[in-house]
Order: sequence, then C-alpha cells, then structure tokens
Amino acid sequence: MRIAYDREKCQGHGRCYALAPELFDADDEGYAIVLVSGELTDEQLAGAQLAADNCPEYALTIEP
Amino acid sequence: MTDLQQPTRDWATTFDHTDEDYAQHAPEIWDDLRQRCPVAHGEAHGGVWFPSRHDDVSAIANDTERFTSEGVIVSIFKPENLAPMGYAPPITADPPFHAGSRRILLPAFSPKAIEKLEPATRETCNELIDDILASSDDIVDAAVRYTQHIPVRVIARMLGVPPEDGDRFRMFIHRILEKPGTYNGHVEPENTLVYYIDQTLRERATRPPQDDLIGYLMSYRDEDGNPLPDEQIFGNIGLLIIAGIDTTWSAIGASLWHLAQHRDDRRRIIEDPAVVPFAVEELLRFYAPVTMARIAKEDMVIDGAEIKARDWLLLPFPAANRDPEAFEDAGSFVIDRQRNRHLAFGLGIHRCAGSNLARMELRVAIEEWLRRIPEYELADPEGVRWSTGQVRGPRELPVRILQEA
Repeated sequence: MRIAYDREKCQGHGRCYALAPELFDADDEGYAIVLVSGELTDEQLAGAQLAADNCPEYALTIEP
Repeated sequence: MTDLQQPTRDWATTFDHTDEDYAQHAPEIWDDLRQRCPVAHGEAHGGVWFPSRHDDVSAIANDTERFTSEGVIVSIFKPENLAPMGYAPPITADPPFHAGSRRILLPAFSPKAIEKLEPATRETCNELIDDILASSDDIVDAAVRYTQHIPVRVIARMLGVPPEDGDRFRMFIHRILEKPGTYNGHVEPENTLVYYIDQTLRERATRPPQDDLIGYLMSYRDEDGNPLPDEQIFGNIGLLIIAGIDTTWSAIGASLWHLAQHRDDRRRIIEDPAVVPFAVEELLRFYAPVTMARIAKEDMVIDGAEIKARDWLLLPFPAANRDPEAFEDAGSFVIDRQRNRHLAFGLGIHRCAGSNLARMELRVAIEEWLRRIPEYELADPEGVRWSTGQVRGPRELPVRILQEA
C-alpha cells in the first residue's frame, strides 16, 4: 500500500502532519509534503490511514 | 423538539441566527431542520437561507462559481460590486484574485510559524490563571476572565500593536458580528475599526518597518517590486482583528463549558497526553464556532429551496459537523474519535487561514487551565449565555473552582 496525495484538493488543513509527522511535513504555506514514497510498512500504514481518515478535503488516499 | 417548532415559531420558515432563542438552542434546531427542512429560510436581514446538511454545506463551500464571498457576514447592508477583493481579503475575495492575496498571508500562519508563538501563548494563559487564583474568588467567569483575553493578546502581539488595544478589538467585533446592522448610526467615528486601522497605519508609516505582521504587509513587494494596494493592507488587518478573536475565544469557552460538565473527559486529557490532539479536533467538531455566509450569483434550487441571485446563504459548519450522514455517532462527543473530517475551519479555498493558530491556542488554553485547575464545575448552568450571530460560544461562563493544582 502507498500514499496518494492530491495537491489540487489539499487546502492546508494540516491534519496529516499533526497526526503523522513521520510521514508528512508542511511547506511554507502549510500545504502537505509526503515524506515517504513507495510501499508503506505496517507501522507507516496505520499513520497514513489515520491521516487519510481525517483529511477534510479527501486529498489523501491509501492505494494498493 | 416540538417546543422549538410550536407555538412561537417555526425555524424552517422564520429562521434568524441573531435571535436569542437560536443562540440557546442551536444544536437542537439544526437536528430538527436537517430532518424536515434541509434548507430553512427567514425574512430577517433581508432574507437568508440556512442549509443544515453536511452535503449541501460542503457543496456550497466548494462552489466559487455560483456563490460569491463578497459578503460573508449576513447583514441588511448587502455588499455589492466589491468583488473580487471585498472589504477584508482574502476571506471576502473571489477567484482569481483570492489565491494571490491568500498566499501573502499563509506563511505567517504556517504550522512552523505558529509553533514559535506557543511559549508566549502559554505564558499569557498562565498570567490570566495567576490573576484568577490570586483573587481567591471560588466562582469566576471563565469567559470574561480567561477565554476572551487569550486570542486578543496573541493577535495584538502578531500584529505588533499594544496589548491594551484588545479591549477595543472586542468592541468592534461585538458590533460587527453579534448584532450586525443594529448599531448603525450610533457609533462615534473614532470608535470604529476603520478609524483604528487608519490611525495605526498612519502611525506605522512614520517609523521604520517593524518585525511583525503589519510591518510585513507594509513592506511586502510583489515580483515586480510593487507594494500591496492600501485597501488590501487595510482589509487584511481588519480581517486579522475580526476573524481571529471571538472565533477562537468561542472555541476555548465552549471547550471549557464541555469539560466543566464531563469529569471523565477532564481526567482523560490530564492523564493521557496522547489523546489531546484527538480531543482538540473533537472539541472543534462538536463546538465549531463559525458559520460563514455567501451570496448567490444566480438563481438555483438546492434541496427544493428556490434560491434567487443575490440571496444570502449561511454556511453553518457547526450544523454540518453534527450531521449523522457524515459522522458516525454524530450527536455524541467522542474524545478519541479516530475518523474526524470536521469542517470547523471550513472547506475549499477559504479554509480558515488562521486554523493552525486557533488550534494551538485552543490546545494550550485547555492544557494550562486543566493543569492549574483540574477540578471545576459550572457555577450556574442556566447563567451561561451563548452568543448570537455567526460566531457561537459562551460569552458568560461562571465556574466554581473545586481544586487548584
């Protein structure tokens, strides 16, 4: 599983980097930066799922 | 619920968000309307539509084609021909002007910029609590003596104006947000927000730029070296004073009101720091203070409501946040809710630019209150007064302090 991030949908709510700072950072304007690429470990998957479940704009999805 | 519909009024047809009854019963009114009349209407303020379902609120928030943000505070005085900038950009701005004006402000409110303000915010909270505990009153008004001062002092520091100007900010806000339109004609010019900003900018122009938000806006230059237009600087400062204060103070107050009545939630926050980020988001969902507004740009039908061009629509994020279609167990406060896509800060291009600041202030205000005053209760549950208008929160919150740390 991997993280799919839609920059067009992201409005900088900041929920992802608050909940999973090991996977996400914020740029100078507050938009998300995904820190991992490729296949997620089980531990990363839990954080990524939490971030996706709390994104108000549905900008993050977890994909096979 | 019947007592809300009968016999005095039917909120579906006589909706008025500035009515005291609405302020006292809003969550019940939202639940009722969502089920039987998803887009309510009232003639007050020149006519206002009130969608209460999450789907409609999200769709309108994301639709900048059919709705303008030229007016975001419902009033009988409906802004016209102010697009694309509006009187307080970027909140009142429409695309394409909006994006550029927002980008100028965002860096000042990024998570990393806001982190730097946390120690001073914590200090402010502790000064206020020191005063409360020093007074030896066992009953204190937490809204008057704590919550209302926190965002005022933080914003004054960010802007670079004297902290004592905060009392005037609260007066401007009360007039503009709680009773829009009703003060017209009774205000001395020198007591207006416009006069305040004008005087502040004139005074600042006589000095070298300071390292604060006003200094940043005054010395900002675009790629071609042009400064921001005066009206944009003016509007930005107005927005920062209006948008960042009673909104945050309402969220802090509603949270303290909730925690006063729920010992389990108090203990959980004190004993389990890992729950705090979830608790803060659930407080924001359940007690979202802000209802925005839009003006329709064309005729349309939403959930059976025949909306005409230039009609006002309210965007009640608090009502959307309690829609069972969008949230599991929507009517319950779940302190560690794991799936929480709440709309407290809006959705789409107008997502609250100050959300990171507000979230930090809310977290710090709760942490410090509970650290110093772990046990307290409502001193007079009936004496809690909720604000009218588009920003919802307790304006009087008498609490009895039961235990100091």
